[in-house]
Amino acid sequence: MTPRILVYGYGNPGRLDDGLGPALAGALAGHDLGDGVTVETGYQLQVEDAALVAEHAVVLFADADATCAPPFQLRRLSPRREAAFTTHSLAPEAVLALARDHFGGQMVGFALGIRGYEFDDYGERLSEAAQGNLAAASEFVLRALRDGSLAGHAVRAERGGDVHVRA
Amino acid sequence: MQQSGGQRIVIEPVTRVEGHGKVTILLDEAGKVSRARLHIVEFRGFERFIQGRPYWELPVAVQRLCGICPVSHHLCAAKAVDWIVGAEKLTPTAEKMRRLMHYGQMFQSHALHFFHLASPDLLFGFGSDVASRHVLGVAAKYPELARQGILMRKYGQEIIRATAGKKVHGTGAIPGGINKNLTLAERDELRRDLPQMVEWSKATVKIARDYTLAHIEELGSFGSFPSNHMSLVRADGAMDLYDGGLRAVDAEGKVIFDHVDPQRYLDHIGEEVRPWSYMKFPFIKAVGPENGWYRVGPLSRVSACDFIDTPLAEAERKEFMAVSGGKPSAVTMAYHWARMIELLHSVEKIDELLHDPDLQGTDLVVKGTRRGEGVAIIEAPRGTLFHHYRVGEDDLVTMANLIVSTTSNNEPMNRAVEGVARQFLDGQTITEGLLNHVEVAIRAYDPCLSCATHALGQMPLVVEVCDVDGRLVDRREKGSGE
Repeated sequence: MTPRILVYGYGNPGRLDDGLGPALAGALAGHDLGDGVTVETGYQLQVEDAALVAEHAVVLFADADATCAPPFQLRRLSPRREAAFTTHSLAPEAVLALARDHFGGQMVGFALGIRGYEFDDYGERLSEAAQGNLAAASEFVLRALRDGSLAGHAVRAERGGDVHVRA
Repeated sequence: MQQSGGQRIVIEPVTRVEGHGKVTILLDEAGKVSRARLHIVEFRGFERFIQGRPYWELPVAVQRLCGICPVSHHLCAAKAVDWIVGAEKLTPTAEKMRRLMHYGQMFQSHALHFFHLASPDLLFGFGSDVASRHVLGVAAKYPELARQGILMRKYGQEIIRATAGKKVHGTGAIPGGINKNLTLAERDELRRDLPQMVEWSKATVKIARDYTLAHIEELGSFGSFPSNHMSLVRADGAMDLYDGGLRAVDAEGKVIFDHVDPQRYLDHIGEEVRPWSYMKFPFIKAVGPENGWYRVGPLSRVSACDFIDTPLAEAERKEFMAVSGGKPSAVTMAYHWARMIELLHSVEKIDELLHDPDLQGTDLVVKGTRRGEGVAIIEAPRGTLFHHYRVGEDDLVTMANLIVSTTSNNEPMNRAVEGVARQFLDGQTITEGLLNHVEVAIRAYDPCLSCATHALGQMPLVVEVCDVDGRLVDRREKGSGE
């Protein structure tokens, strides 16, 4: 059975490069992503996202990243019971912890941070450099969905094996 | 920055409230608190973002303001645009669909605030270990409560999805009405979990009530003070979270103004600018800027209305008002109890609407004579929200003025912070205890401090102490173990 995969792009598209996460979700629309792939968007990660996350085997959280090396950085996440500075929006690790603890989720989580540069204004546009990073990240995610490498992570994790991530 | 004649202590940003805030505590020569200020960074540039857009885009565009209460901005902008298109009275289906959306928003927002922002303070105590005094600490110690909070929040979000089309950036409210009704399938799906939501809401009010009554003496001196209050009320004086006229009452409950038409708000509300804050300080003109500041939000709504038109919430309101002898409560932490009364009221209204066949009506939009200006007021989860727009002959927005609830609560929050600082500052060092108590007082208002970006790496919590010459003498980063 094909593992269910969730790609969750979040951020505020009205705050320039903060919209990189939803932009990634938008870039996937119209492509044949294969069976079992769900694409969701949101402003911020919230507690109720735990219920959705728990329904999937692999979860890829896509967000703008203000500090990572361009064009993007992928990292494996572990559920973590640790509060961020605001719980109006939760860290992806905290959502995984809630999904595991309250909804029995057994998912493998990744954070895809896409490097952004401009955040301190209103505007529905991405900076030129961020657009380039978005294109690279979208290509990477599409490839990972098509070649089964994201789904493979779930299988390997289920067997107790190591999960290696290479962006 | 140098502060003559005193030392400046800076705490920034405030955790567990949305966005960024900074608290500055000014000490006098003797090292005592002379003043405390809450600086809030918000809304700069928003008017520019709105001006030049066609007016019909407003209900969708303004949702970009806020990731926490986009529905409030969506509905308030739609109501203002209703006025611009001359749609003073919507069809029953349109108004009830919007109301259902609004009660869904109120329900999910209040549930989120209580379970995941306030309950750690209430369940563990203000002075408890910060390592566990947060939502995940609640989840570990009270797993069933945390799960309820998640599912209540999710239920409210599902109502928003069914009425607005999407959880975020909904398009349901349009100029003069709504773009969809509620299908029978959607109605039945939402009815299924309703009894559970009502039961959980009743239990949640009890937690807030029991906590408040058990601690009423200490809460009476915790950042508390008498104040004016303002909210919308229905024509018969009932609480109305979606529409109505403005009412303001003083600390004794005496009416200052009543049933003010939203289009005339500028006759009654002024806005003062102070050089040290980006936020304006609204005041009641009849009382003046010195004493005309007021509170908004659950505490004010429960205090200002004559009654609540749903039985369970009305019984709670009566008990709430009896504690303060029928006058508006001066207790800042009573916001939590009042908020849960509104949670219960919201789920009762949702119940009412889900059994109203008007929601399956097909008459969705009305039109009238076009105007060049429109004002709308709605009671957002955090308090009274004003949207005011002017539109040119070319249909493009030429002016936008918004007063958000956090702006109305600006002066009260400053007073609460100052009171807590006077009570808990020991020496000239920011202790964990002081920081926690300041946060607890601010959090009672459930402020949305900024519609800030949240990108990874954007939200450090930094505490700094500067000496009289502006030199940094202490710095702590919360959660870093430093």
